[in-house]
Formats: sequence, C-alpha cells, structure tokens
Amino acid sequence: MLRLEVRPAPSRLFAWLSPLLSLAITVAVAGLLFVALGKDPVRSLQVFLLEPFNGLRSLTELGLKATPLILCALGLALCFRSNVWNIGAEGQYLMGAIVAGGLALWITTHQLPIDRWAFLPLAVLAGAAGGAAWAAVVALLRDRFNANEILVSLMLVYVANLLLSWLVFGPWKDPAGFNFPQSVSFASGAGLPRLVTGMRLHWGFVVALLAAVTMWLFMARTYRGYQMLVGGLAPAAARYAGFSSRSALWTALLTSGGLAGVAGAFEVAGPMGQLTPYVSNNYGFTAIIVAFVGRLHPLGCVFGSVLLSMFLIGGELAQSRIGLPSALSGVFQGVLLFSLLACDTLINYRLRWARGAA
Amino acid sequence: MLRLELDGISKQYPAVRANDKVSLKVAPGQIHAVLGENGAGKSTLMKIIYGAVRPDEGEIRWNGQPVQIANPQQARALGIAMVFQHFSLFDTLSAAENVWLGLDKAMGLAQVTERIRAVSGEYGLEVDPQRPVHTLSVGERQRVEIVRALLTQPQLLILDEPTSVLTPQAVDKLFVTLRQLAAQGCAILYISHKLDEIRALCHHCTVLRGGQVTGEVDPTLETNASLSKLMIGSAPPELAHRPARPGAVALAVRGLSLPKLSPFGTTLADMAFELRAGEIVGVAGVSGNGQQELMAALSGEDVRAPRGSITLFGQDIAAASPRKRRHLGLHFVPEERLGRGAVPTLSLAQNLLLTRTEAVARSGWINTAAVRAKAADLITRFKVKAGGPEAVAKSLSGGNLQKFIVGREIDARPRLLIVSQPTWGVDVGAAAQIRGELLKLRDEGCALLVVSEELDELFEISDRLLVIAQGRLSPSVPVAQATVAMIGEWMSGLWPAAGAQPTQEVAHAAA
Repeated sequence: MLRLEVRPAPSRLFAWLSPLLSLAITVAVAGLLFVALGKDPVRSLQVFLLEPFNGLRSLTELGLKATPLILCALGLALCFRSNVWNIGAEGQYLMGAIVAGGLALWITTHQLPIDRWAFLPLAVLAGAAGGAAWAAVVALLRDRFNANEILVSLMLVYVANLLLSWLVFGPWKDPAGFNFPQSVSFASGAGLPRLVTGMRLHWGFVVALLAAVTMWLFMARTYRGYQMLVGGLAPAAARYAGFSSRSALWTALLTSGGLAGVAGAFEVAGPMGQLTPYVSNNYGFTAIIVAFVGRLHPLGCVFGSVLLSMFLIGGELAQSRIGLPSALSGVFQGVLLFSLLACDTLINYRLRWARGAA
Repeated sequence: MLRLELDGISKQYPAVRANDKVSLKVAPGQIHAVLGENGAGKSTLMKIIYGAVRPDEGEIRWNGQPVQIANPQQARALGIAMVFQHFSLFDTLSAAENVWLGLDKAMGLAQVTERIRAVSGEYGLEVDPQRPVHTLSVGERQRVEIVRALLTQPQLLILDEPTSVLTPQAVDKLFVTLRQLAAQGCAILYISHKLDEIRALCHHCTVLRGGQVTGEVDPTLETNASLSKLMIGSAPPELAHRPARPGAVALAVRGLSLPKLSPFGTTLADMAFELRAGEIVGVAGVSGNGQQELMAALSGEDVRAPRGSITLFGQDIAAASPRKRRHLGLHFVPEERLGRGAVPTLSLAQNLLLTRTEAVARSGWINTAAVRAKAADLITRFKVKAGGPEAVAKSLSGGNLQKFIVGREIDARPRLLIVSQPTWGVDVGAAAQIRGELLKLRDEGCALLVVSEELDELFEISDRLLVIAQGRLSPSVPVAQATVAMIGEWMSGLWPAAGAQPTQEVAHAAA
C-alpha cells in the first residue's frame, strides 16, 4: 500500500521538481485527450508546445500575452505571500484599462500632439491609478469593516465589467462604429512604442520584466518586504515584532491593484488600440494560476506567464490548425494547477511502500 | 500477574529512534513513574500503550495476555484511560456534556451527571457537572478530565505531566486521589520530569533517556541528584547566584486594568508593581490567570493599557508599539517559540530580523551578509545546535530554538528583558544554560521580569516574587522570605491585602 510520510525537512529538490512534474502530468493528460478526440497526439502536442516558440512572430506574440500575466501575477504573489487573498486582479485590470483608455480617448478627441514615448509613462500612471483605486475599495472594506477580501475583490470584478460595458455601449461608443460596442480607435500617438518593428510586441514587456526584478528585490532585500512576508506566514510573530498588519494589507492591495491596472492599460494602449467589452482575456484570473505555478516568486511568475501564454496561443493554434476547441487551453490550465497542488504534497511528504495494514 | 508488560518496544521515526527496546512492567495498584527529559520518548511510549501509535517491534501483554492495541477505542475497551497534558474539552459545553461526549457507551446526560457526582464524591474530586467549562479553573478542568477517565472504571490510568497546571496545594489533593485509586487496585502510569513529586508519590520509577531505559529504581530510595543523573547522564550544573544590587526603577506599572479581549480571556484588574535595574522579579501563578494579557500589555502587542499605567525609565509607554519599546530598551521573549517568537518556515538568519534591525539601512535595504554573520555569531555564542544560519526555525529542537531566541534578545543589550516561560519544554541542559544567561544579564545591570509556571525555577533565579491570580497581582515578596507553601496559597488569590480581601468566590474558583 502506498503511504505518505512526513519528511523531516521540506525537500528543496521537490520544490523545484514539483512544477516540472506537474507540467509533465499536464502534457500526458493533454496527449490522452488528443487521442480521445481522435487527433494525432504527437502533431497536436507539437502545435501546443512547440509552435508558440517557432519564429520571431510567435515569440513576440508570446511576449505580448505574457506581459499582462506577468504584471498581474507579480501583484498577486505579493498579496498571497502577505496572506491577503486578492482574487479580483481581473477587475483591477479592467479599471486600469478604463482609465488609460479614457485618457487615450481624451487625447484622441482633442487631437493633442503626443508621441508614443511620452504616452508610455502616462499609460502606466493612468492604469496604476485605476487599478489601485479599485483595490483600495477592497482594502478599505477589509480594514474598516473586516469584510472578506476574497468576496469583495471577486464581486468588484463584475462591477468593473459592467462599468466597462456601460461605457462602450453608451457614452464612449464610436458614433461611426455601426452600433458596435466599441470606442473610436485611439490616435497613433496614444499608443505604446513597439519593441520590434512590424510586430505587436511593445515596450510594456520590458516594463513588466523590470517590475519583476524590482518586486524580487523588494521581497528578498527590503525590510518592508520582509515585514509583509512575516505577516503572511505568522501573524502572531508579526504582532510580536510590531509589524503593522494594516499597512501590509494596504501595501499589498494597492501594489497588486496598481500592477493589474498597468496591465490593463498596456493591453488597450498596445495591441487593442480602442476600448471594447473584451479588453481582457481573463488575464486577471489566469494570473492566479501563474502566481502559484511561479511559487509566488517574482522570477517564477515570469516563467509561469510564458508557460500559460504558451497554452493560450497553443489553444488558438490548435483551433485554427487542427480544429480543436480553444477551450482546451482552459482545461490544460486547470489540470496544471490541479497537478501542481497535488505535486506540492511531495515537498513536505514522501511516498513509501508499506507492506501489510498500516 | 502483571497488569501491563511491555517487552522490547521500538519505534523509529524518520529522523529519530523514539523508543529503543523499551521494557516496562506495571503491577496492579502500583504508581509507576516514567521519568525523562523532553524528547526522551515518554510521549511516544504512552501513545503506543494508548493505541495512538503502533510500535515497529516488541510485545505488549495486558493482564498476561499478548495484545495488539490498534486504536484508543480498543485501549479504552481493555480498561486503559489517559489524561493528556493538553486538555481536550469544549469551552462552551458544560462539564457533564464534555464527559458525555467522550463516553463510548450510550448513556443519557442525566445518568452521566449522576455518575459524575458519585465518582467525584467518592474520590474527593469536586466538580460541578452543570458548569460550562470556560468558567472552570485549570485545576477544575483537569478534574473533569480525570473524572471522565474514571467513569470508564480503568484498570490502568495514564497521567501525562498532570501537575504542570496546578498549585502546590492542588498537587497534594491530586496525590490523595491517586493514592486512593491505587489502593483500590488501579495501576497508574505517572509521566513527569519533576523529581520531588516522583519521590513523594511513586512506588517505582522507569527512567528513559534518548529512547532507551537507563534505570529502574525505587524513587523513595533515591535522591534528586541520583535521579537527575539517570535522566540526563550527569548532575545539573549549579547556578552561581550572587545577591542582587538593585538600581533605579526600570519599569513601573500602576493602575493597569484591561478588559479581556476574548470571552475566555482574563480581565486585568488594577495591577501595580515596580522593577529595578539589576534585579530579577519572578511572576508565579497557574496559567490562564492573566499572564498572557499582562505580557501583551507590557510587550506592546496590546496597546489598550490606560495612559500612564506603564512607564519605562520614567517614560509613558502604555500606547507605544513593540518596536518603539524595543528602541527604548525593552525586549521580550514570548512563551510560544514557533509562530510568535520565531516564524517556523523562515531561516534563523531571517528570524533575527524580527527584533533586530542593525543590518537594515535607513533606506530599508537589508544587508543579508551582515544578518547571516550575526545569526552565525549567536549560534556559536549561545551554543545553539542548528544546521547554520540558513536552518529553518522549525527544524530546531525546542531547547535550541529557545537558546537562539533568548540569545537574540540578550545580544541586543536590553535594559529591561521580559521573559515568559524561559524553559518551557526545554531540556535540562539548555534550561540551566538559559537561566545562567539570565543571571549574567542581571549582574550586568539589566532589569528582568520572568513569568514561569515552574515554581522551582522562579525560586532559583528570582530576587523577588509576585503572584498573579484571577487577573490581579500580589504584593512582592523577597525570595528569601517566601516559601513554596506560601506562594502556593497566594496562587489561589489568597494573599494578605490591605483593604480588599479575597472573596469566597475567588477561593472557590482557584481551588
């Protein structure tokens, strides 16, 4: 009989191995699914796993998808480490998109002369303001009334979604848009500078990578980051040391809201160039998986984002190339998170064959 | 015929061999002590007898018959009852309801209440079955546990460190009950590390060290020194205790009243005392009488204290944060090591940063090399057995982690050090070292406040004693003028007070 036995100390090997193991399980499940769907598993896996990395265009598209995921996941990693369960990065992302989109519209309608390099910092500020304000609602309710941040942040996603719909169906609708729910296209100055000529990838990707390095240094090398870590791991120890749980709550939520807002701003100002009800590809929710796959480590979040972007692009390719439903990428995300949580058991436990009744 | 016989019992855990060919023989009517330090394997052995843990090898014979005890239900069916060190009672239920819950057989609540009255009358264990458990003192709760065990009419009763929560008087009462039980033929396994008690109560003593039996003796013929030698392999080092030279007032507490935070907490009532530089004041008392609340108010974890009620070197700190107090020279060692004094999953180096910020620049940047060097320095200086500065806190034994935490605070050169339960769950060698460090700190002119449930410890290191009971604080008494009997009486709230006399109710609740 197979039995779990507590390890004397958590295994460092399995802390690294567990994400790889869960990826292997996900690939195996994917292969079986392809066979069940009557497709050639090797060819399908090739489309899913290799094509997203094939050529400059694919690689830049990968970076484009990874950008919002990295930004959202970094903030969530900080929140989760501080024991603040912000599930509403999606809503904060949308608010960032709305504020930055509003700014871009204002520039467009007033025909202000601005170039993309000047707009980049403006987009960051606008997005961060929108996202942080939305997260501040959560922080305020939690701080003042001890409201559950999981529920509040999640429900605010729907509020943000409806607000965006109202804007693009109503006041911000393009009068010449054949009644489609979308704004006018932004002026070319109200966009983001491209990183590679001819490709959609923009400098926001570099901003996201810089944010990851900054977050890493903040968590590992600053006293403030340390205080938030302690507050999440052992609240009684944080009280004993005199670290304020309120300031940790506000820092975590404002930072993560701000980062998610920047992600939203980059998406509307970058590849979209206008506001529609579909500015998010569920990035805020996918980022939760990214944060955990990345072990709540900023650099892990970068790798996790690339991995999940691969699934997103793979899903689209699988749909166009071999006629598989793109919902498959959602299935694979789920399998990945599920098997990761299962594999994490092996960090603290080891498997033993026990003979007889145990 | 022997009631219980263990033969060559071994149990291997991943990191440690908890029991190594342990043999034990208990006769009916015998009070049999199992003596050993923390980590000697006492608990594992008892869990094996009670069916909670399975041995890897060895045989258990019950009344001469070999048995396999698969689970606690089976143990109870055989007639084995156990009273755990940590009570398993529901605060919101009455005593009778708690006992009823734990019974295997179907019996009505009224019937159970009747049986509790009968058993508690027979053995002099006063328990009011109707009272909710949260209104009971710790001693009373233990009586509920013992009554629950006795209702099953056990042939073997196991008691795990039963006196750690009792006043000396309550200990005497417990011993009367246990002797009566033994006289009726019940065998008793008495687990303890308190030598005086074992010599006073027990007929036979099995000593464990490092999972092995190191002695089988008649404790009435032994001395504390000889038992201690069997237990730890050497006599405990003597402490050099020089008379104190108290200096200026370091900490003054006046009119400290605090309503309780939780329904099961203790309200502090008008506490007052002074603590001078260069002296150790011990606070005695049964746990749950306001120690935790007082510590939280002094450390700054609870800042609700009235303005002016706590002054540190003349400065009002009643509303100051723990960091501010630390800045002023007040350091604190809490009783919970894991989760409060240290973060279990962080390394020792990282845990240093909880209270020490020398390696943090003004900008908030941490000099990790300096942190690691400091942690390594503490590990050497205080002889902490650990894998190095990167070892996570929970990988250390209780004694070694305590040495690290106490060392961390001592090394900060505090002007006032408050220590809660300095040697709780710490092995004898580490305990002696920690007490020695505290005395050394006193001689260097630091003021120390030590809260402990171990009276022996307080008598050993304190210059003056205070007693805490029901959220009130007694006047202080120099150790030279105090006796165990007197402090024990004070622990029930019965100290001579100017004006307010302890009420009948108080005496009842603490009995």
